[in-house]
Amino acid sequence: MKLNLISLVFLSVILFSCSNDDSGPDYNPTEVGLEVPEIFDLLLPDPLIPANNPQTVEGIALGRKLFYEPLLSGDGTQACADCHFAENAFTDPDRFSTGIDGLIGDRNAMPVFNVAWNFNEKFFWDGRALSVEDQAFGPVVNLIEMNNTWPNAVASLQATDNYPDLFLDAFGTATIDSVLVTKAIAQFERTLISGNSRFDKHLLGEITLTDSELNGFNVFMDETKGDCFHCHGSDANPLWTDNIFHNNGLDTSFEDIGLGKVTNDPLDHGKFKSPSLRNLAYSAPYMHDGRFATLDDVINHYSEGLVWSYTIDPLMKTFAEGGVHLSPEDKADLKAFLLSLSEPEFTTNPDFQDPN
Amino acid sequence: MKNIALLLILAIAFVGCNDDDDSPSNVVMSINLSQNWDETNVTAADFGTTEFTNQNGEVLKISKLRYLISKVTLYNSYGDAIELPGYNLVDISDDNTLSFTKNAVFPPGTYTRISFVYGFNEEDNIDNAYEDLNIDWAWPDMLGGGYHFMQQEGTFKDPNGDPQPYAYHNGTARVSEGVFEQNFITVDIDLEDYSINDNAIIDIKMNIAEWFKNPNTWDLNVFSGGLMGNYDAQIDMNQNGQNVFSVDVAIVEE
Repeated sequence: MKLNLISLVFLSVILFSCSNDDSGPDYNPTEVGLEVPEIFDLLLPDPLIPANNPQTVEGIALGRKLFYEPLLSGDGTQACADCHFAENAFTDPDRFSTGIDGLIGDRNAMPVFNVAWNFNEKFFWDGRALSVEDQAFGPVVNLIEMNNTWPNAVASLQATDNYPDLFLDAFGTATIDSVLVTKAIAQFERTLISGNSRFDKHLLGEITLTDSELNGFNVFMDETKGDCFHCHGSDANPLWTDNIFHNNGLDTSFEDIGLGKVTNDPLDHGKFKSPSLRNLAYSAPYMHDGRFATLDDVINHYSEGLVWSYTIDPLMKTFAEGGVHLSPEDKADLKAFLLSLSEPEFTTNPDFQDPN
Repeated sequence: MKNIALLLILAIAFVGCNDDDDSPSNVVMSINLSQNWDETNVTAADFGTTEFTNQNGEVLKISKLRYLISKVTLYNSYGDAIELPGYNLVDISDDNTLSFTKNAVFPPGTYTRISFVYGFNEEDNIDNAYEDLNIDWAWPDMLGGGYHFMQQEGTFKDPNGDPQPYAYHNGTARVSEGVFEQNFITVDIDLEDYSINDNAIIDIKMNIAEWFKNPNTWDLNVFSGGLMGNYDAQIDMNQNGQNVFSVDVAIVEE
C-alpha cells in the first residue's frame, strides 16, 4: 500500500507536469534573435524584447500573416497593411487613412520600423500605447479604422482552417485570444528593422557620401543652422529620433492637442512624437497630420514657417523670425543628407511582404 | 551605473568579512541630487509654471533641466578614496535619476571630502562610448564631440514682455575649427563639519540661479540660443558653474 501510494504520488507529479502545460506535447517554438544592424550594435543598447513574448520563428510568421489579415476588421476587408504599406516604410501615402466604413482619420499613419529600440516605450504620435503589443490592440476596435470587436475578430480567426494550428505552433494553444494576436503582430513588427542606409554604410566606412550629403549632415548638426539633431538623433544615434514629444512650431493653436490628451497636462498640448528620419524617401506625407507633401515643405517649415504657441519647444529658437532661414544650397544639401538615411531594401525585403 | 551593483556586492562582502563587534563599522551612504533657485527647491512641478528672476532681472520659466555628473568620489580619514563607478544623467522630470546611489557601503572611517565631475573629464568624454547616452545626449563632433554636460531650456520675457526661448547647453568649448578646450568642472567639497562615520545621506545641490549669476551676469537677451558653438558663452558657463554645487548631509540615526 505504501509503495502504491508513492507510485500514485509519482504518477500524479508526472501527470501534473504534463497537464500543467497548456501547450501540449508538440509545442516547441524556435526562439530567434533580431537581426541587429551593425551600426545599432555599435551604438545602441540592446533591443527591448518582453520576457513574456520572446521572438520565435513561429510567432513571427504568424504575426506577419496577421499583419496582412483582413479578417481582423469588422467587415473582413482591411488589414494592418492596408494603412501601413511595406513600400512606404509601413506608413500610408494618404494623408489620412480611410477605414472600413469610409471614415477618415485625423493623423497620418506612423511608419513602423525599429520599434524594439523605442526605449521610452510610448507608441503612436501621442504616446498613448505603452508597448508594441499594446499598440496593436488599438486599430482593430477603432471605430474609424477597422471597426471590429476583439471577440468578433478572434472568432473569425478561430473559424478558419489554419489559424488555430498556427497559434498552437506559436503559443502552444489553438484557442485564440486578443492577447496572443497582438503578441504575434508585435513579434513581426519587431523584425521590421531598418539600419543599412547609405549613411550607415558611410559610418561603417563602406562608402563615401557626396559633398552635398556631407554638408547636409553638417547643416543638420549645426545648432545655428538646422539644429535637427537635438530631436532627431545624430551619427551617435542611428534611430534618427529621440522618441520624445515636442511642439515643433506648426500652429499657433491646436485642434489636435496630441500628448496633452494622454497626459491631461496643458503643458503637453501640441506635442507629438519625433518620427525617425529614416526612409523619408518612401514615407510622405510628413508630420502627425501629414500636412507636408514633400521633404522640401518640411525643410521650408523649419527654415521659414515656425510659429509661436505656448508650448513651443525652446529648441525652435528662431520662431520669432519664422525659422533659421537656411540658404538654398544648405536646404538642398540637407535634403540630400536626409535622403541618404533611406534604405530601398527595407521596403522590398521579402520577409516583410504579404504571405497570404 | 551598471558597475555600482558590483561595488555594492563587493561592499556587502566586505561587511560579511568584518562581522566582528570589535571592528569599526562600515559607513552606509546614499547620494542624492536636488536643485534649487537660491535655496527655493525646484522640481519638475515648477517646469513651465514657476517664474524665476535671474541676476540680470529677466523673468524665466524652465521647461527642461538635465545634467551629467561622473567620478563621484568619497575620501575618508584613513586616506582612502572610494570612487563610485559610472555616471548619472540627472533629468529633473525623472525621479529615478535623482539619486546617484542608495545605501552604498563604504569602508570604515570618517568621511571628510566628496568630489565629482560635472560632465565628463577629458578621459571619459569619449565619442559614442556610452550606449544609453547616444540617443539624445551626444555633443556634435564639430564642437569637440563627446557628450553634453547640461541642457537647460525654457522661456524668458524679452524687454517687450514677449516670451522667447532659451537653450543653455553646455559641453566642450570650440576654440576654432578643429581646436577644442575642455570645459568640465571638478567639484571638491569639504565634509569635515559633518563627521560622517556612520549612515548618512549626502544631497548634492545645484543652485540653478548661479548659472546666471557669478562671476558673469547672464543676459538672456544676448545669450539665449545657438550657444553650443559660442566659445565665450561656453567659458562663461564654466566660470559660473564653479559656484553652482554644494552639499547637505543628513546623518541617519539608527
